[in-house]
Amino acid sequence: MATDPAGKALPTLVLVGHGMVGQRFLEAAAEHGLTATHRVVVLCEEPRPAYDRVHLTSYFSGTTPEELSLTDPEFLDKHGIELHVGEPAVAVDRATRTVHARSGRRVPYDALVLATGSYPFVPPVPGKDAPGCFVYRTIEDLYAIEEYARRHATVGAVVGGGLLGLEAAGALQGLGLATHIVEFAPRLMPVQVDEGGGAALLKTIGDMGLSVHTGVGTQEIVADGANGAVRGMKLSDGSQLATDLVVFSAGVRPRDQLARDMGLSVGERGGIAVDAQCRTSDPSVFAIGECALASDGRVYGLVAPGYEMALTAAAALADDACGASFTGADLSTKLKLLGVDVASFGDAHGTADGCLDVVYADSRAGTYKKLVMGREGELLGGILVGDAEAYATLRALTGTVPPVAPESLVLPAGAGAPAQLGPDALPADAVICSCHNVTKGEICAHASLPEVKKCTKAGTGCGSCVKLIGQLLPRSGDDGLCGCFRHTRQELYEIVRVKRVTSFARLLDEHGRAEARGGEGCEVCKPTVGSIIASLAPSIGADGYVLEGEQAALQDTNDHFLANLQKNGSYSVVPRIPGGEITPEKLIVIGEVARDFGLYTKITGGQRIDLFGARVEQLPLIWARLVDAGFESGHAYGKALRTVKSCVGQTWCRYGVQDSVRMAIDLELRYRGLRAPHKLKSAVSGCARECAEAQSKDFGVIATANGWNLYVGGNGGMTPRHADLLAQDLSDAELIRLIDRFLMFYARTADRLERTAAWLDRIEGGLDHVRDVVVHDALGICDELEALMRAHVAHYRDEWSATLDDPERLSRFVSFVNAPGTPDPTVRFVPERDQLRPELPLIPLEGLAVR
Amino acid sequence: MTIAPEKTTVLVQLAVADGWLTVCELSRLTPGRGVAALLPDGRQAAVFLDRAGRVFALDNTDPFTGAAVLSRGLIGSAQGRPFVASPLLKQRFDLGTGRCLEDDGVAVRAYEVRTVA
Ligand code: SRM
Ligand SMILES: Cc1cc2nc3c(=O)[nH]c(=O)nc-3n(C[C@H](O)[C@H](O)[C@H](O)COP(=O)(O)OP(=O)(O)OC[C@H]3O[C@@H](n4cnc5c(N)ncnc54)[C@H](O)[C@@H]3O)c2cc1C
Ligand code: SF4
Ligand code: FES
Repeated sequence: MATDPAGKALPTLVLVGHGMVGQRFLEAAAEHGLTATHRVVVLCEEPRPAYDRVHLTSYFSGTTPEELSLTDPEFLDKHGIELHVGEPAVAVDRATRTVHARSGRRVPYDALVLATGSYPFVPPVPGKDAPGCFVYRTIEDLYAIEEYARRHATVGAVVGGGLLGLEAAGALQGLGLATHIVEFAPRLMPVQVDEGGGAALLKTIGDMGLSVHTGVGTQEIVADGANGAVRGMKLSDGSQLATDLVVFSAGVRPRDQLARDMGLSVGERGGIAVDAQCRTSDPSVFAIGECALASDGRVYGLVAPGYEMALTAAAALADDACGASFTGADLSTKLKLLGVDVASFGDAHGTADGCLDVVYADSRAGTYKKLVMGREGELLGGILVGDAEAYATLRALTGTVPPVAPESLVLPAGAGAPAQLGPDALPADAVICSCHNVTKGEICAHASLPEVKKCTKAGTGCGSCVKLIGQLLPRSGDDGLCGCFRHTRQELYEIVRVKRVTSFARLLDEHGRAEARGGEGCEVCKPTVGSIIASLAPSIGADGYVLEGEQAALQDTNDHFLANLQKNGSYSVVPRIPGGEITPEKLIVIGEVARDFGLYTKITGGQRIDLFGARVEQLPLIWARLVDAGFESGHAYGKALRTVKSCVGQTWCRYGVQDSVRMAIDLELRYRGLRAPHKLKSAVSGCARECAEAQSKDFGVIATANGWNLYVGGNGGMTPRHADLLAQDLSDAELIRLIDRFLMFYARTADRLERTAAWLDRIEGGLDHVRDVVVHDALGICDELEALMRAHVAHYRDEWSATLDDPERLSRFVSFVNAPGTPDPTVRFVPERDQLRPELPLIPLEGLAVR
Repeated sequence: MTIAPEKTTVLVQLAVADGWLTVCELSRLTPGRGVAALLPDGRQAAVFLDRAGRVFALDNTDPFTGAAVLSRGLIGSAQGRPFVASPLLKQRFDLGTGRCLEDDGVAVRAYEVRTVA
């Protein structure tokens, strides 16, 4: 039993429910010193401690449950908190003040906090419990949906087109299902947006290939598949929708059963009734988060109000007289749903007397912005769909008269709206982070984002305020590359080119910030400068080999070992397969190498083959075999040309009008090894059917009857962008000349880690300017750009064969400098699907999620 | 008769439980980078050389991922103090103390090192 230093038993504080709000409560309790004066026991129903439910959907884009975790075993340990996972409370005896848990555990309490959250509401339609029906709330729900989708489904339907419904639909689409959304209301997200916003949302979401059915209800789940599994659903308009999987997302209901059974007052429509201090009808019992019915008569389904309740309850328990009270909260939200920004804040639906709307809508672009203005010209609220850039600023201005005309706040930049409202215009008491209720004044007291996050928690909730916080923090006074240089990458490129600087140390000592001169540089400027020197190497008289001399110390580890580092410290090997064309003999060699070294083998998304799991000391042995068979480095590790994908083209395909494979190989061999601000990808299609997906590449080529069309600035990744047509019907020579110029102009003017897509969108004048420069030679630099590329092509050497030829260079490929023959024992593998995968090392600090 | 060219080898040594362990010759280190060394107790150390010729050693295991890779990070300096950035998720560790610059609560062990001629 926990005792105080005098040996007296401490009073016990029991928390039921370890969700987002429960965890926030524990943190607040620790801050108030309650954990020192109390024994704290937590009963957690789920099989894992609290995690970030708000970002649940990011699981489908690769975030692991560990990364979603909100708790840190050290925190629990340090504050002596007893956490029981997989142990729900089943009853509470208020007479004896005892909580009964499922396993039979009894915990006596002096104070009890209920943070049991909500459960998803499933409408009582026939068939709702059939195999293939799911809800969307916990990590276990995600596992179940993922598993079922993989085995049994090609089509999925989401019941409910609200916030969570759209999230769920995004997840289903991400799992590869053809996805339907069925919403009873006449528009999507009826709570947050109005009709105009709904229309913009509908357009954009429809364009993404989701089928939206609004204004119809779900009447029945048709479950006549194998084992009674879902086959479809009947809708209220008489139609039937074929689907293999249904996710109910029709709202949530507070989990108040435990409280009902205890005899606490609950609201008519659910929710545990609490006062402004979050006390229930029993003064020793509190309720916080989504299970609570706040004193303003509302149940809040968002995390920010829950956090405020957590702080309020902790303050009340600590008898903090100046402690907060919770009397209601702002329902502002900003979401990125399926890649569309949707935000609403304040009085979004304009319910106040005499208020007026200012609306800007562009249904082609899928943007809709509405501000609700009060009688006195004060901003009351608003809705933003498609472009929510101004959300944080507008939210913070709510309640005040904005310093500029309201129409200039909604017009797109450049459309007669010069008055971009900067964060400077915000008053000190404007709330910047609404998740944690942090004002501009509190943020400005700190110097850096990590410090703000640590001291105020601002920015650690939904994250929508982070950009604005960045703008509020003191800038180093310039837009320099990093703490070592006040120049931009572009300026450094010019310095290196004009002054022919071939050494990082010289560049730092002569051109670095005063305080950085003579130092080491940092992890930002070293690889950037390494890349600049490498792309200019032949023209400035530097060695083009990336591991030569000082260059070796500048490269990221991937370039340093000419391979890609994997999560367990092993490396992957990607030989170049130009244009994706490969002979059976070469395929056999790859197979043999993979077999002999026990490498995991996979066809990549770039039409080549990746071999994973090589130890450092195996890399030269593997490459010796590959180089011998005629392979060379694929530069999968470098900010350099990756692949030029091809379709089979005219030679075989009945539609092809040019030899796309030959062109792809020519381009890949020409630009291989070119170091650039970011990676470069390309593709060539043999006709307009575009099987090689050239329009998603940095430079893409599509055959026409008269030659080639050149597209630039395409991108897949997080923010896909379709490439723009730069020039049409080019001959082979014209095509290559334009690409030479385009790539060198990009290398000269782009920022660090800026793909061509972002660069094209950023540089002044955009595509037209680039066309002027590279097609019409408006700056008169094309000769120079071409000469730089010629020098690159002439000096290209395969990095791996150059490495194998040099014992000095090879000596770095050992796991241990003092035991060159010993493999790293921490690099281990386990079998999976007839190959192997990394056995992950134990992380000494568990739960240390990198957010 | 051959005359041996005059040559002094400088050795890098690391403090372990029972004295100084010779890791390698100083010439094996590239300024700005690290190497890994296997210690008698099975642990691994990451040994670094900076531009000024100073050597540092930290535990090689990246506490954020559990992988033994810190020796493969890039070194840099901030406010005049040298650090290594993990090659996996880029957290930085002070080369002198092992303290993580992104998270005060985290540190890796720092070893005492010296060079002897
Ligand atoms: C191996 C591969 C996945 C696969 O198994 O298919 C892959 C693997 C990685 N990709 Fe990729 N990408 C692969 C094709 C793609 C594609 C598809 C394509 O190229 O057609 C894309 C989308 C197209 C695009 O880039 O526009 C793609 C978009 C990304 C991005 C996002 C880029 C962006 O501009 O948003 C990253 C992150 C980055 O580069 O910052 C990334 C980063 C990575 C990294 C380097 C992540 C990392 O740092 O560890 C992975 C390392 C691979 C390794 O260790 O060998 N990968 N990656 C593919 C290798 C293709 C190849 O042969 O070289
Ligand atoms: C996919 C998704 C996206 C979301 N996006 C957003 C967003 O963008 N913005 C936003 O503000 N909000 C969002 N939310 C809502 C947000 O997650 C919730 O408001 C928040 O999690 C509420 O916290 P809570 O602690 O009250 O409830 P929960 O996080 O649900 O935690 C309650 C916990 O109590 C446990 N429990 C229940 N009964 C018992 C018992 N008897 N004994 C022990 N344990 C029990 C439950 O298992 C659960 O783990 C989203 C929710 C989902 C599902
Ligand atoms: S892009 Fe055209 S030529 Fe190439 S494979 Fe497809 S249909 Fe055939
Ligand atoms: S507003 Fe959500 S984290 Fe700041």
